[in-house]
Amino acid sequence: MLETFNFRVIFEYLPLFGSCFLATLWLSAAGLVGALVIGTLACSMRIGRHKLIAIVAAAYIESIRSTPLLVQLFFFYFGLPSLGIRLSEAATGILALALNSGAYLAEIIRAGIQSISHGQVEAAVASGLSYIQRMRHIILPQAIGVTLPPMLGQAIVLVKDSALLSLISLPELTRAGQIMTSERFMPAEGFLTSAVFYLLIYYMLKWMTAWSQKRLIYMQA
Amino acid sequence: MWGFYIEQLMHSLPFFLKGLWMTIAVSGISLVVGTLLGFLWGIIRSSQNRTLKALVGAWVDIIRGTPFLVQVFIIFFILPEFGIQLEAFPAAVIALTNLAACFICEIVVAGIQAVPWGQREAAISTGLNWYQQLRNVIMPQAMRVILPPLVGQYVLLIKDSSVVSAIGVVDVTRVGWLTVQRVPQGLLVFGLVALLYFIICYPLIQLSNSLEKRMSSGYTRGKV
Repeated sequence: MLETFNFRVIFEYLPLFGSCFLATLWLSAAGLVGALVIGTLACSMRIGRHKLIAIVAAAYIESIRSTPLLVQLFFFYFGLPSLGIRLSEAATGILALALNSGAYLAEIIRAGIQSISHGQVEAAVASGLSYIQRMRHIILPQAIGVTLPPMLGQAIVLVKDSALLSLISLPELTRAGQIMTSERFMPAEGFLTSAVFYLLIYYMLKWMTAWSQKRLIYMQA
Repeated sequence: MWGFYIEQLMHSLPFFLKGLWMTIAVSGISLVVGTLLGFLWGIIRSSQNRTLKALVGAWVDIIRGTPFLVQVFIIFFILPEFGIQLEAFPAAVIALTNLAACFICEIVVAGIQAVPWGQREAAISTGLNWYQQLRNVIMPQAMRVILPPLVGQYVLLIKDSSVVSAIGVVDVTRVGWLTVQRVPQGLLVFGLVALLYFIICYPLIQLSNSLEKRMSSGYTRGKV
């Protein structure tokens, strides 16, 4: 098989892979921004004082975490039209990614906030800091440091998850491999090229994770 | 109108249960074999052998860095070019086993690293050989760190098994996909599919949480 491995065809398809690579990047970025908003919201609802709202947030988080992303994706893709809501494939995909990662981010943020010892908050209250000052100067600087590495980990998961969007025929990296397979029947060339592009993103994010962990240790020292 | 669709869904319930059985079969086999392999990889990664360590490390990194869907496609479409013709089911099991092994490897490495170095030195100076050190000193302590994330990883892997529906394994996700072509009520159909996954995964997540609580409380008690 390797003797028939055709680099020329890969070069021929490189523009397609380039545009699909960009598509993966922007779909993941949009999903991540949405997930951050949803995650922050769900987290603050969950740790808030209002019981009913907390239960709603917990139900959202638990049901997302207990079901596969692919099923959630199909749920929106096939389900929203039957409610009369017509979204484009890209919008459906971003919605599913954001709702999925949002649940995980909510848990990450919650762990970050809860990792700050209660004494810190008490000391801040005793120093006469207001709620906003406490958040701004005491809680958030520490919480962000703790949550950054797992958040970047979730970003890695999200980029890989975006491959599933190819199953609702969005033109992204995995789809490029599928297109190459169906047009030329060259699955090896197609999917291995997709994999290389994913690894590119993976190593970049992994490097950022290692950097943020180093910063974290430096900050705690 | 909804009643009509629900009735239709009830008619295809045996079909869904068959799909559920397939999901359980694929993930069950992969989790068992993947756990064994994952522990093996993890122990190799924590050993002194530089070459083996680098090889396993590189492989684990590649698998962790690429989407599972791409791995499934590569195994399903590329192995035949080497003359290994696989049905969808074995291809799915191989892909998921490999994925499980690579993620569990990292968990095992973290667990072994959490055991203080002094423990190993004490074991060496007591005259235990490599296997005895691992079996009697390192692993029993590492398991406490390994167990909670291991169960959490099982949940992720069971959910990942839904991806193998893309190569035609008729698991519960595939059943949903096939059903939605006949019963055009995506919310109902995939709501049912999601419910079936929920029944399996939710108790496991709770188990992972309670294990975490129990293991960490035991740890602090030991220290104080």
